[in-house]
Amino acid sequence: MVETVSIRLTVNGAEVSKEVEPRQHLTDFLRNELGLTGSHIGCEHGVCGACSVRVDGRVVRGCLMLATQADGAAVETIEGIVESSEAADLAEAFIGRNALQCGFCTPGMMLTAAELLAEGKPLDRAGIRQELSGNICRCTGYQAIVDAVESVLVKKTGEV
Amino acid sequence: MKDSNRIIGASLPRPDARRLAAGRGTFTDDIILPRMVHMALVRSPYAHAMIKSIDTRKATKAEGVVRVITGEDLADICSPFIAGIEFLPNMISPPQYALAPTEAAWQGEAVCAILAESRALAEDAAQLVLVEWEELPAVVDPVAALKPDSPLVHSGLESNLVMTLPRAEGDTEAAFAEAAVVVEHSFEFGRQSGLALETRSVIADFEPAGRRLTVYQSHQTPYQMQDVYARHLGLDEHQVRVIVKDVGGAFGLKLHAYPDEMAAVAASVLLGRPVKYIADRQESFASDIHAREMTAAGRLAVNGEGNILGVEVDVLSAVGAYSVYPRTSVGEGIQAVQFTGAPYRLPAFKGRVRVVYQNKTPTGAYRAVGQPIGCVVIEQLLDLAAAELNLDQAEIRRRNNLGPADLPLKAAGGLEIEDVSLDACLTALLNKMDYEKLRRDQDEARRQGLCRGIGLATFVEQTAVGAGLYGPAGARISAQEGCSLRLEPSGLVRCATSATDQGQGTLTGIQQVVAETLGVKFDAVTTEDGDGGSTPYGGGSWASRGLSVGGEAARLAAIDLRRKILGAAAAISQETPDNLTLSGGEIFSDGKSLMALSELARIVHFRQDTLPSDVDCEMNVTRHFLPRKFPYFMANGIQASYLEVDLGTGAIKLLDHWVVEDCGLVVNPLLVDEQLRGGIVQGLGAVLYEHCLYDSSGQILTASLADYAVPLASEMPDIHVVHVENPTSGTGLGAKGAGEAGTLGAPAAVWCAVNDALRPLGAQVWKQPFTAAHIIEALRSANCPQEASELFEN
Repeated sequence: MVETVSIRLTVNGAEVSKEVEPRQHLTDFLRNELGLTGSHIGCEHGVCGACSVRVDGRVVRGCLMLATQADGAAVETIEGIVESSEAADLAEAFIGRNALQCGFCTPGMMLTAAELLAEGKPLDRAGIRQELSGNICRCTGYQAIVDAVESVLVKKTGEV
Repeated sequence: MKDSNRIIGASLPRPDARRLAAGRGTFTDDIILPRMVHMALVRSPYAHAMIKSIDTRKATKAEGVVRVITGEDLADICSPFIAGIEFLPNMISPPQYALAPTEAAWQGEAVCAILAESRALAEDAAQLVLVEWEELPAVVDPVAALKPDSPLVHSGLESNLVMTLPRAEGDTEAAFAEAAVVVEHSFEFGRQSGLALETRSVIADFEPAGRRLTVYQSHQTPYQMQDVYARHLGLDEHQVRVIVKDVGGAFGLKLHAYPDEMAAVAASVLLGRPVKYIADRQESFASDIHAREMTAAGRLAVNGEGNILGVEVDVLSAVGAYSVYPRTSVGEGIQAVQFTGAPYRLPAFKGRVRVVYQNKTPTGAYRAVGQPIGCVVIEQLLDLAAAELNLDQAEIRRRNNLGPADLPLKAAGGLEIEDVSLDACLTALLNKMDYEKLRRDQDEARRQGLCRGIGLATFVEQTAVGAGLYGPAGARISAQEGCSLRLEPSGLVRCATSATDQGQGTLTGIQQVVAETLGVKFDAVTTEDGDGGSTPYGGGSWASRGLSVGGEAARLAAIDLRRKILGAAAAISQETPDNLTLSGGEIFSDGKSLMALSELARIVHFRQDTLPSDVDCEMNVTRHFLPRKFPYFMANGIQASYLEVDLGTGAIKLLDHWVVEDCGLVVNPLLVDEQLRGGIVQGLGAVLYEHCLYDSSGQILTASLADYAVPLASEMPDIHVVHVENPTSGTGLGAKGAGEAGTLGAPAAVWCAVNDALRPLGAQVWKQPFTAAHIIEALRSANCPQEASELFEN
């Protein structure tokens, strides 16, 4: 039998203790062990960004981190940031601007955007595009996403 | 102007988006079934090899393994795919097996399946399968593949030629003899992947006692797949149900029957338990259909005014190891030829396509199938001719655009064009981009040493294809779409459509059509798709048909349901139906409110006892629609690109991009605009970045997202969208498709812009994608443009 390791962490604020295989990555852990299927697997080699989650306040690629490395960490997923209303404005902006089509990249895109918004720095469109360039979207062509993020950023920073 | 109360034409957000933005979508991999096992595959490491033996003993004993299956195990339960075309009897199509039993014809063809308790354990065991291979020579280069002494892609073939299809209309010889200017050029198009962010995914659940098969699949058409699974597994079609939940991008690549997905379904039949197969990204690059690999040589004859006299085009389309089932792999080459010059008056046309097999991943329909190639070829030739004549690029297009006097038309290239608005689109584009000013900016930039170019690309776009395409080919694919409406006892309406939605917003558009036609609020309707067992039978989603065809079926169903509702209302209120209207969910008699729809719904569902016995209380309607008046609805438009080429590094910077599109009636501008933008960015990916590279032995070199470049946010410009609305008379709704337009025209716009930038230097590009290396190569070979010398030879 494959050996397992005990981990304890918080996921979206709730405490979780699990036995995991050492080779299991964080996204597989969230999806398969906890049923949090909002984090998506697009490439499993750290390029596409669909698996983005927040670990101890920073957005990381869930596919490039082992579940065991999250032992003791605070993990937040798309389900968490939407439910806690932290990303409520962002979600409304995405929906209103049609900044998502198939919705597969959207959770990762929103986590990245939420991080950018949390920093609160004014950014122009080119700056927003730069910040979002670690997340691949195959449907929208990005413009609507930039519009959505920009609208929330402007509201937040009061600057254009 | 649009009435502000209208639902059709309003920019409404998608109700679906709320779920997806909250991470609450249900993609196929999110589904877990009891007793489900996971499949991993052993794939051929060679582009071409015989399978001498497969030793599965160690793998079978590995931890968590339930069963190991080879082609031999499936021989009796699963028949192979053969994708031919009935009216092309000379087309060669070798059988394709779920698991190749004796010979692998591309690197990545699956030969053995491991079913285990987890994907990880299945992958562990896959490494213990011992396959004894005998490597054979691989055929990679399409030109070499046609030589008589070429090795064969499959040992059973007599040649690698799939088929050849010539077309001639009018006297091209005379046209070229009398031309004031003749231009010619050859073009190369790199192989691409459609690349959906969600990889191909399937869960098959065969229940052996009742012999019922349920398949959850990330796919564009559950109806086609029900037919495929029933016929190839010997099951009764009405016992097979394919359910499509959320689909994470499709773009044509999820339109086909894939052998590995068939293997998963067949494995479920063998095991009598659910089997999940999720392709990983590397498998996707090696086994999702590829597209576009082609060379095209073209020649154009124009008179002194720049009017086209004749066009010749010769296409060699390389389609990989098999013709993809059931739609075949020849459409791309055929459409590349047909669409060369399609927007313009062509007195004479000569075309040929040759399709050739090679030991690479099979190719198939990807967004805009072949149309971008035809668009690039003619737009390049037009710009070359304009340069010879010292004519402006916009002017030469205006002189050749099809206009009302030419229509309707059976074009020389073979297409039927009912109604297009090319001049109106050109005018709208030039206004939007302020063409004259941009030309001045370009000149000014040039004086400052900046190399900038403007490119225009006119296109016609085949959408809403009717029964004439797949029917005569012998492919069992419906061209008809259906819609069922059901009035709930609360007065709300459920809509089930055969059109499927992968994020385009088709369901929202259909909801808008139903709500407005019926006379209820937008939110009073919900729309469902994707359950092949319970939605009306239809084609699904391909070639931009969701709203144009599915929307018309919805309109017809709403008209019928409205008639039923008003009939029952008339009986209840003892009025005549002609005096009644339904608006905003309320029934009116001569403008006076009679009752809420919810009240009528309650009565027809629960208080039939209060009604006379002849009152129709069946509040279910199903209608279908098949495009009949025209073989397809030809949308049209034009794109423009403004860009800068760095002559030192070869880098291209996109400065601006415009599209003017006429997709007929625009049901939801918000959604159509983003379809166009998303499509354009895929087209920009094609022309600038995306390339499936192989080495000379047929090994794929770009099997990760680190190696296969796709457009990112920072590289893309904002895109200006303008609509010209010219509703089709082929339906009451008037919508044409819009899904191909962006991907269709964007490459040609960039080709034209880059060549416009390089023309003063005597240089031009000739192969996409335009890597920095190719730009440098083009600059170094300036003043020696590639000639189309091999046109129609061999």
